[in-house]
Amino acid sequence: MNALSPIPALTHLEQLEAESMHIMREVVAETDRPVMLYSVGKDSAVMLHLARKAFYPAPPPFPLLHVDTTWKFRAMYELRDKVAADTGMELIVYKNPDAVAQGINPFDHGSRHTDMWKTEGLKQALDKYGFDAAFGGARRDEEKVRAKERIFSFRSASHRWDPRNQRPELWNLYNTRKSPGESIRVFPLSNWTELDIWQYIYAENIEIVPLYLAAMRPTVERDGQLFMVDDDRFRLNPGEVPVDRSIRFRTLGCYPLTGAVESDAATLPEIIAEMLVATTSERQGRVIDKEGGAGMEIKKQEGYF
Amino acid sequence: MATAPLTTTDRATEAREQLDAWIALNANKSLLRFLTCGSVDDGKSTLIGRLLYDTHTLFEDQLATLEADSGKSGTQGAALDMALLVDGLAAEREQGITIDVAYRFFSTPKRKFIVADTPGHEQFTRNMVTGASTAELAVLLIDARKGVLTQTRRHSFLVDLLGIRNIVLAVNKMDLVGYSQDRFDEIVADYRAFANEAGIADFTAIPVSGLTGDNIASRSAALPWYSGPTLIEHLETVPVAATSSHADEPFRMAVQWVNRPNAAFRGYTGQIASGTVRPGDRLTVSRTGLSSTVARIVSFGGDLAQATAGRSVTLTLTDELDIARGDLLAAAQVPLASGLDATLVWMAEDKLVPRRSYLMKIGTQMLSASVSAIDEKIDVDTLARSAVSALGLNDIAEVRIDLDRAIPALAYADSRPLGAFILIDKVSHATVAAGMIRAVHAGPGRRREDDESSRIHWIGGTSPANRATLIGHLRQQLQASGHPVMLLDHAALRELNADLVDAPTETTRRAREVARLLAHVGTNVIVDLGTSAAESHPGTFHDADSPDADPSDDWVI
Ligand SMILES: Nc1nc2c(ncn2[C@@H]2O[C@H](COP(=O)(O)OP(=O)(O)O)[C@@H](O)[C@H]2O)c(=O)[nH]1
Repeated sequence: MNALSPIPALTHLEQLEAESMHIMREVVAETDRPVMLYSVGKDSAVMLHLARKAFYPAPPPFPLLHVDTTWKFRAMYELRDKVAADTGMELIVYKNPDAVAQGINPFDHGSRHTDMWKTEGLKQALDKYGFDAAFGGARRDEEKVRAKERIFSFRSASHRWDPRNQRPELWNLYNTRKSPGESIRVFPLSNWTELDIWQYIYAENIEIVPLYLAAMRPTVERDGQLFMVDDDRFRLNPGEVPVDRSIRFRTLGCYPLTGAVESDAATLPEIIAEMLVATTSERQGRVIDKEGGAGMEIKKQEGYF
Repeated sequence: MATAPLTTTDRATEAREQLDAWIALNANKSLLRFLTCGSVDDGKSTLIGRLLYDTHTLFEDQLATLEADSGKSGTQGAALDMALLVDGLAAEREQGITIDVAYRFFSTPKRKFIVADTPGHEQFTRNMVTGASTAELAVLLIDARKGVLTQTRRHSFLVDLLGIRNIVLAVNKMDLVGYSQDRFDEIVADYRAFANEAGIADFTAIPVSGLTGDNIASRSAALPWYSGPTLIEHLETVPVAATSSHADEPFRMAVQWVNRPNAAFRGYTGQIASGTVRPGDRLTVSRTGLSSTVARIVSFGGDLAQATAGRSVTLTLTDELDIARGDLLAAAQVPLASGLDATLVWMAEDKLVPRRSYLMKIGTQMLSASVSAIDEKIDVDTLARSAVSALGLNDIAEVRIDLDRAIPALAYADSRPLGAFILIDKVSHATVAAGMIRAVHAGPGRRREDDESSRIHWIGGTSPANRATLIGHLRQQLQASGHPVMLLDHAALRELNADLVDAPTETTRRAREVARLLAHVGTNVIVDLGTSAAESHPGTFHDADSPDADPSDDWVI
């Protein structure tokens, strides 16, 4: 036999990685025209990184689709264009022409902003290019409802989801058979948690939008939430003056709609620590005290961040 | 504490080092997927909620919601209602939404956990099988007041069927039985008796209360007589077999996709089912029997020196072979099968139609398959077996399957990746069944007649003592195969043959037909009528007087 030392079992990140790569390769092998929805956020960053690993040395054999609202943070557009250049992948940027024509914006149009730019925009783009499978970066830990979503989720020709007619998902045997006109949303990060995402970004040194890390940025406070004044399209109320605060973002979307948190976590380890502390602190004292070990270790760190 | 004063830089460095060490620790966890099984109101939601809460898996906003909700609708007065964290299945079921499994996540510094939570109501077979298919451990929940119920047996059977060997018996609501050791011991003894009968080798029983948290994350003062691990301690330390144990098996990987970016590169991608691969290893393509040598294990971060079970990899070979998606690359040849014996779990409203052609997905292969025979349906409550001609939703049966071509496959007990499959309806594209291979057959699938006759055994020979011994051994071994055994001798056939006087040929003919009927429904038949070898058909003739008549040695069960 071999003289090498026993091979350790895979770590949780290695197993998640292997599963995601497997899912992506199944899609490429079994569908006609896949696409990756790329939102420039941290989940997209991890998903794209996994795709590069799955198909290396080839670039991932599908394009990136950015359904643009024209209201993302400037830093997001910068990273998006850099990533497309770095990966050698085709980047499709789609802007709903109706929303462009009507000048839909988050200040005047409320929920129509999201409906038209994102929901409608996505449907139009998928139809226009005839994609039959679209990777999305959603995770099951995001909310209770998502906990029940399948990894392969089918949509009718009109992009409707029929929750009464979902296929059971057994082992890693995904049934990708579609009826004419149907398409699939595929979620390769289903089993990742937010903490896994951060640990993986750190371990693999994945480039993310700097807005996830704390820095001094111009902000205004509205209804108890902090917003960043990213460009001069931000409509200040009379007398409102942007104030520099040390902030970071936990999620990224349209900048006038995305609340920031005040934070000094300017590095990834600090973010990870802050996340873990956020889940353990302010809790009934008894829970923390019971935990001991790492929980206490984190508490010790608290003072430093 | 008296320590030397530290400078700010020292403190910062120390903090950084501690943090890095801590992050490294948390980045190298193992992963355990488990499922929880319980009947309605056994406290499954409360237990899962408790696990999430006690491992700090909730964010502040979730916690705030929990506190608010508990005040509003909680059943626990002012205390937090853990079940609110995970409930929601009921509402969706009312709306007709198919909920098979909900997945929850939590982690401790040692391990990340993925919990498959299946609703315990109708459709439980389909749901549980789905949840169990990716799980390595099952937590069976028992209400201490109710003890082991029919549902517990049902859940255990399904868990065992899906190949889960780690079973935790969580005896819940101990607070409601006064934390009684006697009650706990009684339940454990009950379950042990059932487990022995059902062939479940081992289980770990833990007395808990999901509501109060006793023995979930922390040891309970109310249970001083219990010295075993808490539920979390057990989950954290139980060895996880899925990936590690397959590492010492022969290397096997189904090719998922051939990576050909240009004429110069040809890589075979896939997720390793078992074993370890290194450059220089000889691999055989099962379909063609042709071999080549691993040149590189190509990876984004640089070539790898080795890769082991569970990893998704890209391999290149030194020779150009005909290899496509669905081919198996293996260190040792895996035999090709064109017929399978399998256990099928039917998951669709439309009934199984024997001989109809379905798509079968097994590993990365897609082929056509048909069920040639339904041997026996298994009742999940009584474990009784019966002959049926069709299968409906949630039915489980042992079936024979014919494949449209020969494929490399293994028994599910030996390899989940090579022994599990799904059936897909060719018209509706629905996933209609989950299957687990029990045995593979080379060449075309066995014919029904062959199988019937294999169940019939004729005893010859003149010494009554020898015949009695042989029948005793045969009976034991046939029973061990799980099928009933019927002895057809003159005594058994007396009524049937009451009209016959000294008519040995007709006696044998009648015995033969009775034996066929019994074999047809899955019963083993021993015919002891002193027939000659020539008369003893269909089936196997055993000469009790021959020195090597005893079949003890050549039976593999
Ligand atoms: N006393 C006590 N009650 C419990 C315990 N676990 C659950 N319950 C209660 O039992 C009922 C059913 O619990 P639930 O978690 O909703 O059960 P499920 O249907 O299995 O998910 C609820 O009223 C719970 O508060 C326990 O350990 N002790």
